[in-house]
Amino acid sequence: MLRMKTLKLILIRLGQVALVLLGATFFVSILVRQLPGDIAYMINPTATAAERASLRHELGLDRNYFVSYWMWLSPILRGDFGFFIFGGKVLPVIKSAVPPTLQLIFYTQIVALAVAIPLGITSAYKQGTRFDRFISTTLFSLHSIPNFGIGLILSVLVGVKLGIVPPSGYGRISDGLLQHFKFMLLPVMTLAIAPISSYTRLLRSEMIATMREDFVTLAKSKGLSNVRILFRHVLRPSSITLMTSAALSMGGLIGGALVIEIIFVIPGMGTQLAKAIGAREFIALQSYVVIVATFYLLFNTIVDILITFVDPRTRNRHA
Amino acid sequence: MTALIKLTDFSVSFSTPRGDLHAVRGVDLSINKGESVGIVGESGSGKTVLSRATMGLMPSTATCTGSVEFNGVDLSRLSRKDLRNYWGTGMAMVFQDPMTSLNPVRRIGSQITEGLIVRLGMSKEQARGRAIELLDRVRISDPFATMKKYPGELSGGMRQRIVIAIAIACTPELLFADEPTTALDVTVQAQVLELLAELRQEFNMTMLLVTHDLGVVAGQTDRVVVMYAGQIVEAATTKELFKNMKMPYTEALLKSIPRLDQQAGQRLKVITGRLPDPTKPEPGCAFAPRCLYATDKCRSEQPPLVTTQTGHQYRCFFPLGGAN
Repeated sequence: MLRMKTLKLILIRLGQVALVLLGATFFVSILVRQLPGDIAYMINPTATAAERASLRHELGLDRNYFVSYWMWLSPILRGDFGFFIFGGKVLPVIKSAVPPTLQLIFYTQIVALAVAIPLGITSAYKQGTRFDRFISTTLFSLHSIPNFGIGLILSVLVGVKLGIVPPSGYGRISDGLLQHFKFMLLPVMTLAIAPISSYTRLLRSEMIATMREDFVTLAKSKGLSNVRILFRHVLRPSSITLMTSAALSMGGLIGGALVIEIIFVIPGMGTQLAKAIGAREFIALQSYVVIVATFYLLFNTIVDILITFVDPRTRNRHA
Repeated sequence: MTALIKLTDFSVSFSTPRGDLHAVRGVDLSINKGESVGIVGESGSGKTVLSRATMGLMPSTATCTGSVEFNGVDLSRLSRKDLRNYWGTGMAMVFQDPMTSLNPVRRIGSQITEGLIVRLGMSKEQARGRAIELLDRVRISDPFATMKKYPGELSGGMRQRIVIAIAIACTPELLFADEPTTALDVTVQAQVLELLAELRQEFNMTMLLVTHDLGVVAGQTDRVVVMYAGQIVEAATTKELFKNMKMPYTEALLKSIPRLDQQAGQRLKVITGRLPDPTKPEPGCAFAPRCLYATDKCRSEQPPLVTTQTGHQYRCFFPLGGAN
């Protein structure tokens, strides 16, 4: 019975994902059309007015928003992500740019959670002590430095001065795992600081709130040890907000990765996105948005489904 | 008879921004093995704090003074870790609100077996078997299915039965029941009270029943302690108390129970006024500002707790029905 319910929930969620994707890309297609300048002119400045008109017709720019959106969407449904106006197919670029960005985001998320969960638990348990205050002040100060600032400082200090890891660049996994992680270390550290800070504070305050709940007093009255209460009774109800926040921060991380990729010269989606915006590559831009939006929604859906396993209270809500 | 639990000059205060809040003031109370004692008082009279503090379940913001002896051991001298050894097995508590006192994200089964495994060292299978027995004992109709359920899937009455099952799981000697029926429907209240009475007999438990309802106390207890503003204001055997109450406060409490034979349209009786500010103790009797019989003496002087020959205790200069 539970399986059926879960399956239904997953199907409903996937349907929602498809709808949101349609909406997001349609919105972007309208936005891109609002950019100033004539794309036909950019492609071929020497073309005659008639040539330009036929080019615009070919690109669907003279049609209404719905038709031009469909002209872009239908090839995507067949796996054709279009071409760059200045030459070349978009799909190969996406294929090479997605892995570095995904790696950056995943490593960051893993590092952030791995650091924030123990810190949050300890801070909550030692609430109000010197340790707690030290952690929250340190994290708060680090959080208030913009990540490109931290990135540059780390790059100069650790990368150039100490020379332990390369200050910038990217190594593929297939070119050696150690090398790959050496390249990733600084960008991941840079990107992880903000989520470490927010996750720690979130988990700390959630746990402190949960510790005041009646069911924790009841657990205490059973004669359980503090450690057991903390991990068995407090952590799980407190981690739901953290999971949601981690999923939502994926979007922010994609944005953060854009900047960090440029600083550390990583050939990922961020770098490509910035290039496409600069060159007004509207077809590629739309395709990139589809990719980014898909991953964003996918992360959220996965977390939503995970939460139903952690928190039984949410299970009947969608049924 | 030996006292199972004995409180001597027991006080609890909280430090608040407005000054120290005295929730329990100088309580002396001794409960014998097998006894059932009711603690009665309105909201804010300190009865819940008294029961939780007796057990030691207080947040660090609370300061407890005086002594709590359990089986002759002074609990107030024990470390937190040693005190924990008494919880579950020595003393246990049924909490007030079943909607919030079960962990919403853990299955009923694991919440019952946990104490058995950790405190009694049972194996998982043993604990499971015992938990099913307990669920059956508290009259949960389908114990096997209930083990796998989450609290959110159960009604308030069922949840309170489960809270009771958890409390009695390690067969405690002393059971605190903190307003165990307040959050329940009237129809369920009677069932839960009956269940508690049965279990008390069966497991030979001593019970401390905290309630604001004198009606509940009348049927369930051997002895009643009435609290007001953190102090004991009257204590007697249940029979004696209802036959010969001495405190105007107890009388007022009794009169404010709504009655079914009352004529429709009649106003419900209430005790006018409010509890005194617990951060600023009154110079005289704490109940004087609301008392129908108060005199100048009551307002300026603290009445002592008087004990009569029959063991009836009261804190009043002008007891109802005279000094005897």
